[in-house]
Amino acid sequence: MSLEVDVDHGRESFRLSARFSAAPGLTALFGRSGSGKTTLVDIVGGLIRPDRGKVAIDGQALVDTERGLFVPKHRRRIGYVFQDSRLFPHLSVRSNLLYGRWFAGDGGAAADLASVVELLGIGHLLERRPDSLSGGEKQRVAIGRALLAQPRLLLMDEPLASLDEARRAEILPYIERLRDAAGVPILYVSHSVTEVARLATTVVILTEGRVTAVGPVADILPLADAGDAGGVLDAVVARHDEAFQLSVLTSAAGDLQVPRLSAPAGAPVRAYIRARDVMLSLRPPEEISALNVLAGRVVAIVPTANGAQADVRLDCNGANLTARLTAKSVQRLALAPGRPVYAVIKSVSFERS
Amino acid sequence: MTPEEWTAVRLSLLVATTATLASLPFGVAIAWLLARRRFWGKSLLDTLVHLPLILPPVVTGYLLLISFGKRGPIGAFLDEQFGIVFSFRWTGAALACAVMGFPLLVRAIRLSIEAVDTRLESAAGTLGANPLWVFATVTLPLCLSGVIAGAILCFAKSMGEFGATITFVSNIPGETQTLPSLIYTLTQIPGGDAGAMRLTLVSIAISMVALMGSELLARRIGIRRMAG
Repeated sequence: MSLEVDVDHGRESFRLSARFSAAPGLTALFGRSGSGKTTLVDIVGGLIRPDRGKVAIDGQALVDTERGLFVPKHRRRIGYVFQDSRLFPHLSVRSNLLYGRWFAGDGGAAADLASVVELLGIGHLLERRPDSLSGGEKQRVAIGRALLAQPRLLLMDEPLASLDEARRAEILPYIERLRDAAGVPILYVSHSVTEVARLATTVVILTEGRVTAVGPVADILPLADAGDAGGVLDAVVARHDEAFQLSVLTSAAGDLQVPRLSAPAGAPVRAYIRARDVMLSLRPPEEISALNVLAGRVVAIVPTANGAQADVRLDCNGANLTARLTAKSVQRLALAPGRPVYAVIKSVSFERS
Repeated sequence: MTPEEWTAVRLSLLVATTATLASLPFGVAIAWLLARRRFWGKSLLDTLVHLPLILPPVVTGYLLLISFGKRGPIGAFLDEQFGIVFSFRWTGAALACAVMGFPLLVRAIRLSIEAVDTRLESAAGTLGANPLWVFATVTLPLCLSGVIAGAILCFAKSMGEFGATITFVSNIPGETQTLPSLIYTLTQIPGGDAGAMRLTLVSIAISMVALMGSELLARRIGIRRMAG
């Protein structure tokens, strides 16, 4: 699957002018609220007709304003999971799930009810009515409903935004399974760095209606201008340390010790390290409590808007990491691009998500 | 009750039922257009639909007479092409009632369609449903109580319609003499008071049954939606 978008849309007050292409996997549209993420997804889904531009999937044009082409949403086969799940209140969960199948035609082998119900863990809800479900259950049903319409692309517009922390943690694994097992490409809108860090294959950063960066999550996320920025390390669970309830992860940057994970040894995991949890040292630190010390090199120093702090971007054997320091520390250590440093990360700063 | 009175009651029920059922599909379609679409001439259509509500019924009846009467342009055309005759027939009474009840029908349905969340409709669209299917599977089930309310209003209006009916199709016993027409006739002849009173009670009874029936239906739909 490949998605090509090149559109202009909007009034004087807000213009969306975006161009990007998305590869298979999960592509995250990332940006602050008001940056045009939802408008962009609505254009791809056919809910909004752009003023100018093109949208194409696998080379097939869905929108081409020059040729006057606009494929209506019901002929696009693009699933849409909305922020407010939008389940049909007059239908049972089962009928909601099967709604799209009426129209999807007979190629039903790809996604049948049983496997989707199993994937999302919603078997016990089938006979219930949507208004008796919790927020998290509603979103899982909404994901299943979109999936059963056999979309060639799934749009998810902040599907977790209306949920509390516990419900989010409940749904995230299902979205991961969707990405890995169902093989449906996903365009995922979010303004949460943690969600993007955990889920995305590719990241598209949107700033005030414009695409400012596109690329693999580990390269792009450190560039994101968000208070919660940080680095992403792809790692593998090496072993578990049962005595101390820790897990040891192996990554390109070195070994990491994190609070005990439920994933088995050998499982791939993604560690998200917030910039403000990273401390830098010029020499290998000794006799400190922090369990993780990664050797690296300063790549760039980016001061924050008011200049009081700076994001120090590191290259740790190919992995990107960011440390948020005060301007004073940057000066005291005489940090400059190319300088070798040691990044220190406390194990307890890792959050299980 | 006299046979003449029974005939009038039966005729009124036939006329009102026909008027309601025949105008329902048009009412739903126009209500949907007014609720969901923007098009040129929308306010004109809206005014046209509501016109019978504000015009004197006699004027509406006269307009029907000159257009749907045997020599009227539409009436003559329908007679020649399809053999359909409205003037001085019970079908004409039904047409008059349908026109008079139409604004009430459209108004109730339009309001209930406007209350249906358009976000649900666009969700149905992304699942592959074309606009007609969206209407049939999402909009219509969710506005059904409004459709029923509109139909009952139209039926009740038809049961009581007098001015337009008597102007258009006159007051012919057994053909166009509906319940209100007969009550009017009975009040004009000496000794007709008892009959007028009987028909008045019948009229009240029918209206109450219709109202309670609609309440019951609406509640059952409501319960079905809440439960399960």
